[in-house]
Formats: sequence, structure tokens, C-alpha cells
Amino acid sequence: MAREEVMIAAVGTLLLGACHPAEIAPHDAGAAAIARGRDAARRLGCGACHAMPDSAWPKGRVGPALDGFGDRAMIAGQLPNDPVRLAAFVRDAPALVPGTAMPAIPMRDEDARDIAAWLQSLHEQ
Amino acid sequence: MSNRFLLASTSAGWPPPVLDPGGPYAEPVTLLAWALLIGGAVVLAIVVAALGTALFGSKRLKAKLGGERAIWLGGFLFPAVVLTGLLIWGLSLTSSLSPQPGTDAMRVRIIGEMWWWRVHYLDARGQEALRDANELHIPVGRPVLLELESADVIHSFWIPRLAGKMDMIPGRTNKLLIEADRPGVYKGQCAEYCGGPHALMGFVVVAHSAKDFERWRAARRPADGGGGPGLDLFLASGCAACHTIRGTAANGLAGPDLTHVGSRQTLGAGILPNNPGTMAGWIADSQAIKPGNRMPAYHQFSGRELRALAAYLRGLE
Repeated sequence: MAREEVMIAAVGTLLLGACHPAEIAPHDAGAAAIARGRDAARRLGCGACHAMPDSAWPKGRVGPALDGFGDRAMIAGQLPNDPVRLAAFVRDAPALVPGTAMPAIPMRDEDARDIAAWLQSLHEQ
Repeated sequence: MSNRFLLASTSAGWPPPVLDPGGPYAEPVTLLAWALLIGGAVVLAIVVAALGTALFGSKRLKAKLGGERAIWLGGFLFPAVVLTGLLIWGLSLTSSLSPQPGTDAMRVRIIGEMWWWRVHYLDARGQEALRDANELHIPVGRPVLLELESADVIHSFWIPRLAGKMDMIPGRTNKLLIEADRPGVYKGQCAEYCGGPHALMGFVVVAHSAKDFERWRAARRPADGGGGPGLDLFLASGCAACHTIRGTAANGLAGPDLTHVGSRQTLGAGILPNNPGTMAGWIADSQAIKPGNRMPAYHQFSGRELRALAAYLRGLE
């Protein structure tokens, strides 16, 4: 690559960076937590009811698809979509939304937090 | 492999490793597989070398290769000896793996269905002692004689770490011995295309220590009937037309026996982890998960009803 091209690329990167100020995770969710959350969601079989991005099977249809979950204002149309409520909801949905079909699912605290971090990292393409 | 099976692949033991024997009936098969693979590679190398010589070799080498001696040795004697040896080895190995009369083996009848498995534990006299589905529990270090049948089309029973494949053929009973050296979960898969969701027809073998196995066996009792609203929903919604729950009025035979469904490792025949969420998802829309399977989607339940039904079934151990 010629020196000029390197310069142009560097300036371009800076400009782009300026247009999109460093993406701040909406909560303290690192890439590791997001990856763990995605794995936990697969291990628990969330796909039985929810189509999950990056997973071709199973594509459950009982509940909403999960792509773009990070852009949603509400959880189950009832609760504000914040990480603390979301973590509580994925583990024990009926405690927060009594009429829901989604059962309480036994999982560790970390799993619930990681799954919430993963869900909130999902944005519309 | 794309991410088609990512969900399944995160559950332990899936896809089942095919070259990692876990018992005495799988080890010789693995050895034979390696011998054939390596032997085949050696023969291929010889053939390629001969072809190279024929194309690019010196006149002297070409003459040697085309001589009568080389033809007799390489073209007749070598294949005759190797193939005869392999045949004898393969046949004697196969017969050493097949059940001998008088073996002190636990007996289980497994019947392939589109797209799941009936599992009938037999007592010493061959009478049915316990019914389950899609999962087989065995003690370690003891041979288990499987009587393999099919109710519809040809399936093939395959637990790669415990034995070779064995076809399940309508009207026949094929016998297969398995044995696990160590406690653990051994996954399996139907290995003969049987239509529709064949790829989602999995199986699980759980090997226990002798003591744990006795404990597992003793805990398999009929339901106590105290089902509450979950059982009422089960009976009122038509589930009992296809499913049996021993100890209740549910006595359908078309689908898997659910008397112990809560204690199974998986749902949908080896494909989903078994928890309240997957149970609810399977009941409400198993067609989204395993398209074409014979259980319809049940869209009529309210959220609370679906949870009650799932909780009841999860409690059936």
C-alpha cells in the first residue's frame, strides 16, 4: 500500500470515528459477557420458542424473534428494557409478567446476566 | 458445517464423536476403521507411484512394471492376500461383536418410529418391565443386549461411542450389544434416512455406576395421580390420545410414553435440552422445532395454561 493510501485510510478512520462516537455499551457488558450469554441461550434451548440471530436451528415461533432486541423499548410489552429487569425476566418471567407463557427457567445468576447482556447487544442490521 | 446444529452442538456429546470408542463393542470397530483408512492410503500411494512410473519412469522401470512378474505379484497375489486377510478379519470381528447365547446381558427392546424411539426394558424372562422413550439407561461394565425393531420404515440405531450401526427393519428383530466402560452420556442418531425430520431423530444413552443404576431403576414409578391443573389440562386437551402417563387415565400409544418425561435429558428425541422453557415451546409449536413430526402444534393454551402443563410434565420423573 502506498503511503498516501495509508494516510487516507487513517484519516478516513478518524473521520468515521468522529461521526460515530465510540460505541458505548448501554451497560457494562463486555464482549466476553455477550459471547457467554449467546452460548448460554443456546445451551438452554431458548431457540425452542424464539428465533435467534446466528442460529439456523431451531427457529421457534412461540415467542418473538430475538434479533434487534437491544433496540426494543419494552420487555414483553410490559417492562422497560433495562439490563437488570431483563436479567430478572429471562430467569423468572412469570414473576414480572404474570400472564406470560414463558416459564421460569432454572439458571445461574451469571447466565441470566450474560443472556441479558447478549440480548441488549442485538441490534437491527 | 454451518451453524445449523449450533444449538445442539453446545449440548455435551453432540455431535457424537465417531472415532472415540467408549466400550468393548466399539473399540474393535474403531480399530478396523483405522486399519481400512490407513491400508487404503498405502494402497493408493502404491497405485499412484505405479502410475507415475508408467507415465514418467525410465524405460527400464517401465519394462519392470509391465513385466509378467510385476503383474502376478502386484496385480494378483497382493490383492488376493490383502483382501482375503481383511475379509477374515472383518467377518471374525463382526461375529465376535454379535450376541453369544448365554450372555449375562440386560435386555432392552428398542423400536424405531418416525422420528423417535420406543424403549422397553425387559426382565430376565423377556417380559416388559419398564417403558420409556428416546433415552436408555444402562449400568457400566455390563453388556446390554438391544433387540432392535421398527414400526414403520427402516431406521438405523447408532451410538457411535458404544457400538457400530445396526439397521432397524420392519418385521425383523436385529440384535446389538453395547457396553459402556465409564459413566456418562452417550449420544446417538438415526443413521438411515427415514424421511422428514430424520436428521432430528436423536437418542441418548446414560451409563451409570451399578449402584446409581439401581437407584435410577427404583425411582421409575408410575405417576401418583396428583397432577392438579396440569394433568386436567393434559387429559382435557387430547394429549392422552397419543401419550401414556402410567398412574393416570392417559393411555395413548401413538406417541412417546411420558411417565418419566421430566427426568429425561432431552426433549423431541435427543434434540433439545429438557427444561420448563423447551417443554412449553415443544408443546405449543413442536412443528417449528421438528417440522413434520407427528405431534401437531397446540395453539389453544393461554400463557398460564401452557406453563401449568409444562410444569406438570417436568414433574413426571
